[in-house]
Amino acid sequence: MEFLIEQWPRFLEGAWLTIQLTLGGIVLAFVLAMFFGILGTVNHWLPRAAATVYVEVFRGIAALVVMYWLIYALPVATGFQLEDLFAAILALGLNVGAYGAEVVRSSINAVPKAQVEATVSLNMSWPQRMRLVVLPQAWAQMLPTFGNLVVELMKATAVVYLVSLHDLSWVADDLRRLSGETIPVFLVAFALYYLIAQALIFGVRLLERRANHKLGRTPPSGGGLIGLLRPPAVGAKVGVAK
Amino acid sequence: MNGFWDFEFTGRVMPDLLSGLLVTIQATVLGYVIALALGLLIAVVRRAPFLGAIVHFLMEFIRTTPLVIQLVFVFALAPSTVSVFTIGVVVLGVHYAAYTAEVYRSGIEGVAKGQWEASKALSLPVSRTWGAIVLPQAIRKVIPALGNYLIAMFKDTPLLFAIGVVELLAMAQQVGSASFRYVEAFTMVGFLFLLVSIPSAIAIRRLEKRYAAV
Repeated sequence: MEFLIEQWPRFLEGAWLTIQLTLGGIVLAFVLAMFFGILGTVNHWLPRAAATVYVEVFRGIAALVVMYWLIYALPVATGFQLEDLFAAILALGLNVGAYGAEVVRSSINAVPKAQVEATVSLNMSWPQRMRLVVLPQAWAQMLPTFGNLVVELMKATAVVYLVSLHDLSWVADDLRRLSGETIPVFLVAFALYYLIAQALIFGVRLLERRANHKLGRTPPSGGGLIGLLRPPAVGAKVGVAK
Repeated sequence: MNGFWDFEFTGRVMPDLLSGLLVTIQATVLGYVIALALGLLIAVVRRAPFLGAIVHFLMEFIRTTPLVIQLVFVFALAPSTVSVFTIGVVVLGVHYAAYTAEVYRSGIEGVAKGQWEASKALSLPVSRTWGAIVLPQAIRKVIPALGNYLIAMFKDTPLLFAIGVVELLAMAQQVGSASFRYVEAFTMVGFLFLLVSIPSAIAIRRLEKRYAAV
């Protein structure tokens, strides 16, 4: 116990790196998902093909493999050495972005056709249609699955300890070696991961509620902020996130 | 000698990489069997009042913490007589059981209430209600979703590398560091991953059509 209290700052440092990696990955994945997701709905074969190639390649290869490629193979191939932290964020972002692009694409396609027809009859331009009509509706649809992806991304950040970035997993493993107290050390690390995940889930549910509110849909559960901590009503959605 | 891509080298290390791929596939399949069986058990147990709540929390905990550190944790605690491959397969299976349990649950909840009532009216025993009425209907509907997790597991097997299982990525690391030809080694790993995961994704899409997605 004393040992844990003594080492507490190191846990926090590790958790902070995990959070940085997660947030960096989220930003990159979000941009990629939006870009390639929208590209996948364009009415021309070339952008659609580009989106398909991106999605299939980076969904098909594990983030860890991409990370190893960026860190070990890229310098040999090109002479450029990426900073490890940057390579890790890049690998995570590319991977989760590919999953996200599929979510974006299918959510946009799920917007009722009449909505699109209405924008055409109002003579809206394509950017207007996307910004004012299609994306706000698709956004509400995307968010629940994005919530799952965000947690997946957070969990995936743990692989960086294999390339010796000092994240929460690395700290836990290091302290285990130092002290031999596997169970307490790992329980603290697991608890911190759990807390980070719950915070992320909470944040996404807030966004979800706001998106639905803006569309004039009442939140399903009500119950204020605390209500967001409860899982959504059963039968709402099936676990096809991955 | 030091070209960008050495085909002769690539050909020479291919057998090693393929044997790594075989380990990857073995771990995936064995882990998946555990995930399917344990997930079903969890999904059924979760309906019990008290035990269900505990199981639910444990599942949530497993699902929101990283697989790598779970692997290292079990590896550190397990007696040294247990092989790393076994540890890897079991942890992978248990981790994914937390996901498949959710999938089964959605399937079970999708079974119409009338089916339960009918089995009760016929006074079928609990085992027949589950075995002959509920599960056949529930599982059929979630087959595509379960299939997605097979692919997801396949892509998570490189993490077994962390505890010393010599699968595809570890093999590539070995041949790469022996010769310093990382470009060929890791590029081939990516290629082999695509070679397995793209056809399986297509197969899942077929399944989805056949079993009319959930």
